[in-house]
Amino acid sequence: MGATAMAIIRYAKDNFELEENQSVLDCLTHGGVIVPFSCRSGVCQTCLMRATGGTPTEASQQGLKDSLRLQNYFLPCVCYPDNDLEVALPDDADAQAVIPATVKSLRLLNTDIMHVELESHAQLDYRAGQFINLFQHQTQGRSYSLASVPHQDNHLHLHVRRLPQGRVSGWIHDELRPGQTVELRGPGGDCFYIPGDHAQSMMLIGTGSGLAPLYGIIRDALSQGHTGPIYLFHGSRDLNGLYLSAELRELMAHYANFNYIPCLSGDDVPAGYASGRAHDIAFAQIPNLKNWRIFLCGHPEMVRVTKRKAFLAGAAMKNIYADAFNVSQPL
Amino acid sequence: MSQQESLYEQIGGEAAVNAAVDIFYRKVLSDERINAFFDDVDMEKQAAKQKAFLTMAFGGPHNYTGLDMRQGHAHLVARGLNDSHVDAVIEDLGATLRELGVKEELIAQVAAIAESTRDDVLSR
Repeated sequence: MGATAMAIIRYAKDNFELEENQSVLDCLTHGGVIVPFSCRSGVCQTCLMRATGGTPTEASQQGLKDSLRLQNYFLPCVCYPDNDLEVALPDDADAQAVIPATVKSLRLLNTDIMHVELESHAQLDYRAGQFINLFQHQTQGRSYSLASVPHQDNHLHLHVRRLPQGRVSGWIHDELRPGQTVELRGPGGDCFYIPGDHAQSMMLIGTGSGLAPLYGIIRDALSQGHTGPIYLFHGSRDLNGLYLSAELRELMAHYANFNYIPCLSGDDVPAGYASGRAHDIAFAQIPNLKNWRIFLCGHPEMVRVTKRKAFLAGAAMKNIYADAFNVSQPL
Repeated sequence: MSQQESLYEQIGGEAAVNAAVDIFYRKVLSDERINAFFDDVDMEKQAAKQKAFLTMAFGGPHNYTGLDMRQGHAHLVARGLNDSHVDAVIEDLGATLRELGVKEELIAQVAAIAESTRDDVLSR
């Protein structure tokens, strides 16, 4: 070990010696690790990494979204640590261990969406609204959002929509049984509630099973004493696509600041439901989003369009949290 | 005003960049002349890039080279990026600073820095 090493940077089981006045980025790239980068001034966030061991310097987390900071993400180009760090790139799957979990229950929420309850064999440190990867076998896994809230629910809750020709969702719907052991990895994602500004207004828009993370986020926010108004717009084509309506109406009766607006984009719209697409209804009801916190989950195109609209309607970029449910194409 | 104070300091440094980035990006996305170039981009990443650009244009610390500018915009040049689009960006930048109450003489200096990247951005 060199006498000049300031700290050891560990990446993918390799140790790199950090020299004096050397950034973590330079240390890794000199060592042959391929880290994408651009500005090298702590601004563009191209080189974003995550500390899986040790604490990144405060300066290297400047300007990052709160949800990233809380997960120990940092910018290696401006990180000059005195202490050792274990680091990973954001999409290094190996950064997280595989955890076994027992299926506790399975029940249909509507004809397409299965409520899956899992008991993790190891403590999973997650936040409501993040996702896990659930594996059918070693090479076949899918991401599912967590609808459960860590300090409220004993187990992990997923809402799994059956996709046409969906391999993993088909397996979950047709073959999985309570008592079975499955493997998962996670958590991931930065779409979750951060306490601190309890009076901030919140708008949440979800389509289909995009309700899962939002259901977790809302219950998390309410239980942490969020006092600002919370508007949930849940959209689907027809009545069958909406689920947990009774639970959400009950929540609304309980919390004066929570508003649930079920939206139907199809032709048949009974009384008590808004007619149109969820994001159109949301923007019509709340046109100015200055100082609002926004959560968007579900159909990728809805998320993409709505994110832009929310930003143009005045929401600050740092206040927009989005999770696009990308569907892998069936082979 | 101290004569040593840099342009970046006169504008207000990082706080000014943070104040400007959302306003500027909103203007760019609302600008029909150029917003088609931003249709498919990841907004978070783009906002971070806008921040890096503003930091540079405000005379702040950066490590961008002409080559970075060329490589970063080559795919847009292939899609038809030309002088009129660069003009629009510089105009939006000026409007952003005006909205924030920055003095015209400083805005002119920022525009000049942005202007200095034109040939690299357009791969000339």
